[in-house]
Amino acid sequence: MKAPDFSYHAPQSCEQALDLLSRLDNARLLAGGQSLMPMLNFRLLNYDHFIDLGRISDLQGIDETPTHILIKAMTSQRQVESSDIIHRSCPLMIKALHHVGHQQTRNRGTIGGSLCHLDPGAELPVVAAALEAELIILSPRGTKRIAFADFAQGYLTNALEADELLYAIEIKKSLEHSGSAFLEFNRRPADFAIVSIAVEIIVDETHKIINCALALGGVQHVPLRLHGLEQKLIEYTSLEDMSKFINSYVQTIEMNGDDLYPPEFRCEVAQTIVRRGLSQAYDEARGGQ
Amino acid sequence: MSESIKIRLSVNGIIYERTIEPRIHLADFIRKELGLTGTHLGCEHGVCGACTLLVNGKSVRSCLMLAVQADACEVKTIEGVATNSDDLHPIQDALMKHHGLQCGFCTPGLVMTMLEMQKDYQGQILGDDEIRRALSGNLCRCTGYEGIVNAARQIFGTKSETTNI
Repeated sequence: MKAPDFSYHAPQSCEQALDLLSRLDNARLLAGGQSLMPMLNFRLLNYDHFIDLGRISDLQGIDETPTHILIKAMTSQRQVESSDIIHRSCPLMIKALHHVGHQQTRNRGTIGGSLCHLDPGAELPVVAAALEAELIILSPRGTKRIAFADFAQGYLTNALEADELLYAIEIKKSLEHSGSAFLEFNRRPADFAIVSIAVEIIVDETHKIINCALALGGVQHVPLRLHGLEQKLIEYTSLEDMSKFINSYVQTIEMNGDDLYPPEFRCEVAQTIVRRGLSQAYDEARGGQ
Repeated sequence: MSESIKIRLSVNGIIYERTIEPRIHLADFIRKELGLTGTHLGCEHGVCGACTLLVNGKSVRSCLMLAVQADACEVKTIEGVATNSDDLHPIQDALMKHHGLQCGFCTPGLVMTMLEMQKDYQGQILGDDEIRRALSGNLCRCTGYEGIVNAARQIFGTKSETTNI
């Protein structure tokens, strides 16, 4: 249970990190290390070089514009959960962070690390999918932006090229008259989710749903947006008659399974937490008026 | 083999300078290089919390952090908790009083977690849910947690919540 041999680099700036990344063979970026270090200790990974982003101050911090929040990639999950900006403008993320690891891992674990690692049971990627986060990526060719939906490509697989690094995550601020919920099912609190759901709902003065975002985690390799269900919910003023439709919609989703939690089990759980998540978010949206 | 790296860090107020392999995690460095064996290693993949210590005042799993990452940091381990070797810190005292330990393997990690809680929740009264959530990153296989939670209630809760079983 000890990490294998590797060379360690601690650049002080993004430019230095990018330079190392394009010069070194078989190199990997190290963020908070709360998933990568266990994999190293288990010797599931073998890289010759690790480039630690922890000393780059430009990769830390949370900022806002009138419409958006910007979270730098190496901001720790603990910093995100204690940020006033996030509490005010992105309550869904706070709710999700309540389920992320323990305070010891949230002290080190970073938002950028979670989004790049893309564990199917992780919570933050589900939030990024629901809120349509935009990722800002640096490379020797300059800066580019990519939608989270295009970034999350498959099991533990993101869209970063070998010479690119994630700089920041941009998310639209939650609007007034919105309500959100993050629910997950697992065997122990703080574990990876077996199934999780992130919901944000916006209602008008008559409590009619005018916008709805729903993302499921744990059911497929990457978070799944339920666009069909979202469309169906718009214009509704009551969720009560919707349960049958929700159940049958969820049943059409192809689910991952393993020996412990086969697809049928995940489907049952997903039906329940989609209903509960929607009703919590809807109540919050209505209550906020 | 990869190039060793020189690091300089403070552990319990003492400055240490060592040249080490990058792959050494902080827990092994503290135990083997510095001989401070109060930090225990359980699972070595970030699940059990036995190796919890404070880096710049924040609790971390020292099996999930490289020693080279602690360069220029202030580390606090269980050896630095009590003011002198004959005394117990109030957290240690509460754990003893409430039978919050049996074999003691998880205890150093729990004490470090509770030290961070003391700083984070200065003077606030915590309910059972908050206490249990904050302690959930430290596994104990002896006590069934009741004694540990009772000790934490004495430190963070109201007196009336404290019960002995």
